[in-house]
Amino acid sequence: MNDVQQLRQKHILGLAELSVEEMTLILQTSESMREIIDRPIKQVPTLRGRQVLSLFYESSTRTKASFDLACKYMSAGAVSISKDSSSLTKGESLRDTVRNVEIMGPEVVIMRHPSGGACHYLARNVSSSVINAGDGTHEHPTQGLLDMLTVLQHKEHLDGLNVVIVGDVFHSRVARSNIIGFSRMGANVVVSGPSTLLPPYIEEMGCQVESDLDHALAEADVVYVLRLQLERQSASYFPSLREYTELYGLNERRLALAKPDALLMHPGPMNRGVEIDSDVADGAQSVILEQVPNGVAVRMALLYLLLGGGE
Amino acid sequence: MANDSVLKPKATIMDEAGIKRALVRISHEIVERNKGTENLVLVGIRRRGVPIAQRLAAFISDTEATEVPVGMLDITLYRDDLTLRHDQPMVHRTEVPDINGKTVVLVDDVLYTGRTVRAAMDALMDLGRPSSIQLMVLTDRGHRELPIRADYVGKNVPTSKHELVEVRLNEVDNVEDVLIMEKVERDE
Repeated sequence: MNDVQQLRQKHILGLAELSVEEMTLILQTSESMREIIDRPIKQVPTLRGRQVLSLFYESSTRTKASFDLACKYMSAGAVSISKDSSSLTKGESLRDTVRNVEIMGPEVVIMRHPSGGACHYLARNVSSSVINAGDGTHEHPTQGLLDMLTVLQHKEHLDGLNVVIVGDVFHSRVARSNIIGFSRMGANVVVSGPSTLLPPYIEEMGCQVESDLDHALAEADVVYVLRLQLERQSASYFPSLREYTELYGLNERRLALAKPDALLMHPGPMNRGVEIDSDVADGAQSVILEQVPNGVAVRMALLYLLLGGGE
Repeated sequence: MANDSVLKPKATIMDEAGIKRALVRISHEIVERNKGTENLVLVGIRRRGVPIAQRLAAFISDTEATEVPVGMLDITLYRDDLTLRHDQPMVHRTEVPDINGKTVVLVDDVLYTGRTVRAAMDALMDLGRPSSIQLMVLTDRGHRELPIRADYVGKNVPTSKHELVEVRLNEVDNVEDVLIMEKVERDE
């Protein structure tokens, strides 16, 4: 057959584990899947009879809905368990949960967990494929992939692009996956934010650090605004929200410093008026709403690539 | 390939001129059978069905002076053998114009078991409700496993199951012919 390609990974734990070829295959497959979402009948029979289980140890709207829809569009059976509606918070150890999951026999397990590395632990202990839907402050690989797909649809290539990631990098798994993904695909990644929210040695992940946002934005092709994770901030990392907005909030004046065709992105949910102004979030350069269906397409592609071929 | 057999060309059954004559004839048959081109849509099955559909549309517009819409269909997600294969086919984009109430002519290079056509019809039905579906193939090599037949055939090619029909087109392969290939044991 012509152009047969295959994902060598059994699990999708992080973009750190994926090669350029594998990311390219995932992105190409996602682009093909994207069209299905606009059909009147949004379902293909490909994964009929295959079972997917998702475990959400942390709350999620978009990611969970997106994985659930991806399973449905691919005709896979999907059961999802979230912490609010289950005994995940009754004190069962992850190890015991894993054993129970294993015996139910799903072929793919999707997991979001507050601890970094939890998905790696799961992957070592079950025979199913594991997809990381966000583990602590470590990685969120499907978000990184959907962000790259969104940029690709507008810029056609990633190499040589200047990507500026703004905000709370410290708590952000989205930032980590995007730094790894974009830089591995050849983009120049710059991170900017208050120094308390930029982890030391972050430049070793392959990005530059520029604490002056106005400087960072010059020549930017992509401006990626991170959510200020108010729920994770027990200690104070900056004097006040107002000062944060003053120095790092993205507004019309700052967006104008980037290239005229720069894309504005945000992983959601947005704190409007804090890290991003409404007039740019809903403006012409914003692709924030395009990120959402692309997320479904990426997850459909991963399910196909992990389950679609036989042994 | 795990088993020790290789494919060897056995005979050329169509050359460039032969393919062109067949497609010109079929373009006339399609217009004749449908009494014109109104409501007609040509849908090529990726990969080699697509250039064949585009050429048919060009021949039809030569004689009828109308443009017939052409779509491309990727049937990977509708295959019935995905779990039986150890390799995984790449998914390509499907781009099909509105087919509701239209007469769709599905176009492919080789008709063999009929499983590809079954998958293509399922895919089409998910995209809309055509008033009818017709099937055009450049070659029909027999050995059907499903109750499917073609409405327009470039050439009937009786083959054995050990043989394979290979269609090569300029747009994809940079050569233009139809070959019968034979599986030969590799002598070690």
